Amino acid sequence: MSLWSRIVNVIRGDRLSREIDEELESHIEEAIKQGRDPGEARRAFGSPMRQREASRDMRVVAWLDSLRADVIFGWRQLKKKKVTSAAAILSLALGIGACTSAFRLIDAILLRPMPIAEPDRLYAMFCRGMDPAGNLRTTDSNEYPQFRLMRAAVKDQAELIAVSGTERADLTYGSDQDMEKAYRQYVSGWMFGAFRLKPALGRLFTENDDLKPHSHPFAVLSYDYWTRRFGRDPGVLGRTFHLGNDVYQIVGVATERFTGTEPGTMTDIFLPTMMHGGVTHDDWSWFRTFVRLKPGAMPQPVRDKLQAVFQSVQGERVKGFVGWPKRRLDNFLNQTILVEPAASGLSAMQKEYRRALTALGVLVTLVLLIACANVANLMTAQAAARAREMALRVSIGAGRWRLVQLVLVESALLAFLATSIGGLFAWWSAPFVVARINPPNNPARLALPADWRMLGFALALTIGVMLLFGLVPALRASAVKPASALKGGEDPHSRRRLMHALIAAQVAFCFLVLFVAGLFVATFDRLSNQPTGFSAERLLTLETVARRAQPTVFWYQAAEHLRALPGVESVALASWPLLSGIGANGFVAANGAPPGQVLAYFLNVSPGWLDTMKIPLIAGRDLRPSDTYPGTALVNEAFAKEYFDGENPVGKSFERTSGRRHFEIVGLVRDARYRNMREPITPTAYVPLRLDGPDEALGSGTFLVRTSRENPLTLAPMLRQEVPRARSEFRVSNIRTQKEINEAQMVRERLLSMLALFFAVVAVVLAGVGLYGVLDYSVLQRRREIGIRMAIGAQAGSIAGLVTVDVFSMVLVGAVAGLALGMASARYIESLFYQVKPTDWNVLMLPALTILVAALLAALPAVVHAVRIDPVKMLRAD
Amino acid sequence: MPKPDSLQGSLDLLVLKILSRRPGLHGYAIMSAIQNMSDEVLRAEEGSLYPALHRMEEAGWIRAKWITKDTGRRARMYELTVAGKKQLAAEESRWEAVTSAVNRVLRMA
Repeated sequence: MSLWSRIVNVIRGDRLSREIDEELESHIEEAIKQGRDPGEARRAFGSPMRQREASRDMRVVAWLDSLRADVIFGWRQLKKKKVTSAAAILSLALGIGACTSAFRLIDAILLRPMPIAEPDRLYAMFCRGMDPAGNLRTTDSNEYPQFRLMRAAVKDQAELIAVSGTERADLTYGSDQDMEKAYRQYVSGWMFGAFRLKPALGRLFTENDDLKPHSHPFAVLSYDYWTRRFGRDPGVLGRTFHLGNDVYQIVGVATERFTGTEPGTMTDIFLPTMMHGGVTHDDWSWFRTFVRLKPGAMPQPVRDKLQAVFQSVQGERVKGFVGWPKRRLDNFLNQTILVEPAASGLSAMQKEYRRALTALGVLVTLVLLIACANVANLMTAQAAARAREMALRVSIGAGRWRLVQLVLVESALLAFLATSIGGLFAWWSAPFVVARINPPNNPARLALPADWRMLGFALALTIGVMLLFGLVPALRASAVKPASALKGGEDPHSRRRLMHALIAAQVAFCFLVLFVAGLFVATFDRLSNQPTGFSAERLLTLETVARRAQPTVFWYQAAEHLRALPGVESVALASWPLLSGIGANGFVAANGAPPGQVLAYFLNVSPGWLDTMKIPLIAGRDLRPSDTYPGTALVNEAFAKEYFDGENPVGKSFERTSGRRHFEIVGLVRDARYRNMREPITPTAYVPLRLDGPDEALGSGTFLVRTSRENPLTLAPMLRQEVPRARSEFRVSNIRTQKEINEAQMVRERLLSMLALFFAVVAVVLAGVGLYGVLDYSVLQRRREIGIRMAIGAQAGSIAGLVTVDVFSMVLVGAVAGLALGMASARYIESLFYQVKPTDWNVLMLPALTILVAALLAALPAVVHAVRIDPVKMLRAD
Repeated sequence: MPKPDSLQGSLDLLVLKILSRRPGLHGYAIMSAIQNMSDEVLRAEEGSLYPALHRMEEAGWIRAKWITKDTGRRARMYELTVAGKKQLAAEESRWEAVTSAVNRVLRMA
């Protein structure tokens, strides 16, 4: 009861005081009744205030009581200066919110361990080697026959688990007309057991579900998919769906927290690896390999065994490579197996966003620091204004720590208010950013739980921020010497020195933020203005699948059908759209010479594809319907340059080394981008869709439709209906504009430049406000000095110089420091830039000019204020 | 902290003892009781009595309740708790030990 009642008494402090008073009054009354002199009875108590304090201290937790008083006092202080407090809280909230949000993303993508048993025993296998161009490259995909050998080799020390990439697939629970999309992942049957995951419904796969190729048509749903698609209907067990050419039966639902092994993508449907067509191919890399160490096993010996298996498999394979140059054979053989921790799973998003997110995290931290510097300056200025109050408190006996507590409580109030608002900001902004990580039709799906990790981070951030901006002003305030403070202060410059140092730091951080933001924006600008070599205007792509593979001529007929529709200008076919991220490549041997070092890209297209894509033909002719693959090819300029020394290759021939396919070049076309916007344009051969042979047929293809509509998507519903009408076996599985595909190439750059720009603006505004505050304060503090100077004849110009020179030299120092920081840090994020160098003049000038303009604007009110000081009035005051 | 007075730390003991004999006394009555029973030798100062009462209340040795007197004014009445009885026994034996020790010293000297 005791501690609790004392804590309760803190809250009902007023009532407690009243009760104590009442008891004492009652005592005095009793004394008077017994015949004592009223005055004497009252005097016996001494000071009633003291009596009350003494009794009160017995009945409350003293420190809590003083804390309560400080909180109330601090709250009043904040309320007294509503505008400055609100500005401080909002700028801090923005900083804290952005930091929390960034941490949420970084945690979700890179740090958070998967919800499996003992995630620290989970490793992943990588392969490091030289690619044909001579660059060091690390890959994480594997072939199944090799995986089997590896699994057997290490089975005493570790369990190997194969997991494919999570991809969107078409499936249906009913007829073909009700196709829908779901994210599918092939996993080793023993994965669930090795991760010790429990089913939410039914059962999960075991080793027995993954034994023989193509004979385990079973599926496990994710909890999220089960919820979204089936409303958690337990009757889902035993239901079947068509996927590809197979019918799968649902046997269970996985536990709620397990969303797959790829941060950034959530799996809807798990299938056994044996159902993947690649399990029997030794040249098909399609899955990642997790290494689950057995208790007590070390990664190094496991790695050595894996390396040995890899070496022997590669040794066998290399025997089949005829005519390879020695260097390439060596590269192929000298690859190293790595086994690295993978507790948080593995995904392409981790690889792509690791640096970007880190850079973003640093940017938001800088913004937070700028906001902290602002608030620290505000507190310092206020501490100056309150020096007399502090001195008075010290004179009547307040201890030093009591004053530190007083000021820190005010900081804490600021920080906690800011964190609450910032928390709301983070709650909103993290999903906002996630929604923009991937192109809109294939959004990133990320678990963003608000759990103790988030809470701990926010709390640590709050306390850190509070100490950062509150501790120095608090210590200074408490160090006040009453005698000198009451006389009017001793060293008025010491506070200004602190504020100036903070200004320099702010400008340095601001410069850094602007500099990096400028680089990101320039990168995005360069990339989006990168010529693609084809026209994406009014172009629709219709990814189409056939229930059974159809002869090419039917595909061509369907294209004819579409071409006749209103609003359609031209139609062509290709295996897939350009820049969609899909590509096929191979080595090429031209004119009977040995194969070249550089990979050439291949794309199967229909006649008329060049016209539809608006890629100019330089020499020769377009493909004809009778041309076949292999047989005929169009090549681009890069191809001619790489394999024919830039001579006109029309009429010459080459061989694709895989399968020794022979092609005659019938046309030379302008370069166009195939795979991505960043790489130099690759040598590319456009080959016919139609395969050579009597039973040639195509299972899927993409119609490219050039429309006459400004917004080609208005034709999409009509085209979706017309394709099956042209031939009932065909079904459109996805419609996108070519523009959308092109933009998807720059999603990361767009996101980065958008966020960096936003934070750059915030940083400039905060730094500008900070500068304004400090200048205004220094004018206020020196107004008497300025008045005297004016009275003895100083000109406006020299007054303006007087008040700004210190601060502007600080701005200069800060800018130089920021520049140095920027140059030093740009190296770490160079891979995120495209065609911009940190040393470019324009990337350097932009932040410098922005800061200069912001500084001038911020200085203006203070200068006007200083120049307008009326010396007569000023000297008469006080 | 309250200043030590003539009772030299025995205030708690006296208050507890008085309350154990006559439960339901207010502050003034306790003060008078100490005065009367000691034939005006011991006197609890108001400035010490109330902080001591409040301290013992927080310690859980005594509890208080408000009653309304005939005059209409409220008074706070104190009585011993179970913990207070234990505390009284402990204080008493401590007192015995101290006084007998002091007496021994006085006899020896």
